[in-house]
Amino acid sequence: MSNNERPNQLFRNLNAKIASIPMILTAVVVFVGGTAWTVLYSFTNSKLLPRLNFVGLDQYHRLWSTSRWLVSIENLLIYGAISLVFSLVIGFLLAALLDQKIRFEDTFRTIFLYPFALSFIVTGLVWQWLLNPDFGVQRVVRDLGWTSFSFDPLYNSSIVIYGISIAALWQGTGLIMCLMLAGLRGIDEDIWKAARVDGIPAWKTYLFIIIPMMRPVFITTLVIIAAGIVKVYDLVVAQTSGGPGIASEVPAKYVYDYMFFAQNLGQGFAASTMMLLSVVIVIVPWAYLEFGGKKHG
Amino acid sequence: MADVASLSPGAEALRRGAAGPSGPKPRHVLSRRNIFLYGTLIVVALYYLLPLYVMIVTSLKGMPEIRLGNIFSPPMEITFEPWVKAWATACTGLNCDGLSRGFWNSVRITVPSVLLSIAIASVNGYALANWRFKGADTFFIILIVGAFIPYQVMIYPIVIILREIGIYGTLTGLVIVHSIFGMPILTLLFRNYFTSMPEELFRAARVDGAGFWGIYLRIMLPMSLPIFVVAIILQVTGIWNDFLFGVVYTRPDTYPMTVQLNNIVNSVQGVKEYNVNMAATILTGLVPLIVYFVSGKLFVRGIAAGAVKG
Repeated sequence: MSNNERPNQLFRNLNAKIASIPMILTAVVVFVGGTAWTVLYSFTNSKLLPRLNFVGLDQYHRLWSTSRWLVSIENLLIYGAISLVFSLVIGFLLAALLDQKIRFEDTFRTIFLYPFALSFIVTGLVWQWLLNPDFGVQRVVRDLGWTSFSFDPLYNSSIVIYGISIAALWQGTGLIMCLMLAGLRGIDEDIWKAARVDGIPAWKTYLFIIIPMMRPVFITTLVIIAAGIVKVYDLVVAQTSGGPGIASEVPAKYVYDYMFFAQNLGQGFAASTMMLLSVVIVIVPWAYLEFGGKKHG
Repeated sequence: MADVASLSPGAEALRRGAAGPSGPKPRHVLSRRNIFLYGTLIVVALYYLLPLYVMIVTSLKGMPEIRLGNIFSPPMEITFEPWVKAWATACTGLNCDGLSRGFWNSVRITVPSVLLSIAIASVNGYALANWRFKGADTFFIILIVGAFIPYQVMIYPIVIILREIGIYGTLTGLVIVHSIFGMPILTLLFRNYFTSMPEELFRAARVDGAGFWGIYLRIMLPMSLPIFVVAIILQVTGIWNDFLFGVVYTRPDTYPMTVQLNNIVNSVQGVKEYNVNMAATILTGLVPLIVYFVSGKLFVRGIAAGAVKG
């Protein structure tokens, strides 16, 4: 291809390197550099402006003794547990129903998936309206005669996070259903035939044969749901703005508020570093299972 | 689990039917299985459609009717005034020119962001697939791992970078941010696509003397239109629906539609006009909904690809 012997290493493939400059900058400057920067500054007492005045773990101590942060973490755990369990169960059940060679499958799929096209802001505002105690579901049921009926999750601080989860599930289960459906379609028809020959009922086939076979799909889905849980922010902002009081605060909102409103950058950095840590805890075992554990089969 | 159990006899019956002799087999339309199966699906479908329905009917009612009536009842008297108000005169803070401002901001953010991010990522994916250089894979792995880092960790360093360049708070700044965060998934998408194309094609073009850009523009680009459509769907919905970057990197007069919508609906001053709020909400959701309904199966491909990123 080229006549000159051993061209300068730097200029080999020069165009490809030029084309990769944005990727290299993003990877090195933003992803690695930005993350390192935030982690580094989480050990400082930066207030309005970032300053390199190290105070050790002070920000973390303060973080974990702030009730708002503790509420945020508790909410994240509840929201996370609900999201994981219900989106997996509902997503799988819907996928299994759609996989029964039914008519109008495309129509049903389109309906189950459309909320996913909407933003969390739109989702949150619609459900804020539906769950409005004066006009929404509670009022409608009361008008039907149950005057003591009470369903006001967005105005009741002990259950507000469940109200948010309802909206999140409405928005997100369609995606899980689609992933599960793809997984179900990927399973060999012969498995079903064999199970039938052996006289195993369908629900047992699902539970003991199909679901174990879909392990990779479940793991991928789990990672997707988990990554989405940590990021939850817009939905809370739209639905409750963290209220009533601080009852529906979440970590992502804590970070944003401390960085851009409370002018307490150090707290924001410490909180975002904790978020990073939680993602690492989820991702590393997964990456290990997915890429490192191959030899174990 | 109860659902699976009660579904099983019917499901099994179907499978037994499918396994039998081929050819049409008479089947009762109103079998217990069908009633259960379609009944469940229809009930769930109604549940999923309910919020959309309530949004639409609420936005078509007048305020007196909303105060008196039931949110599920259709409007007695259809009025388009809330839509007009939401679009043209709803207030956020001191601005009273409605959502139209946010809409045009979102257009001015989404169009260049989609073009820029796809241009960068497609060339990038092409370089990674066909022109691999030493170290390229390392950067690529960093990029993919970086996709899992919560945005909150990188928000502030980017604020500083944009401020240093002098574009913090401008639409240009936000376009760059969207291009950065769209890069991991898009690069992955294009790299995988270009890798799956026959190697001979690339070699033949090389023999004919085509270079890096020549092969990209004349061979790769025309052959990969479907993946470009998937990327466009993914980016248009993703960027249009973004809230976090909009609220961090823009100022009130350059707020994208989602941010402005939230400010209109959740503003504490004034009387709440639920019909206007719902009209504004539909207007904001309209663009991704249209993309969704028009693109159909491609949308599913797009999100399946996007979902891998998490």
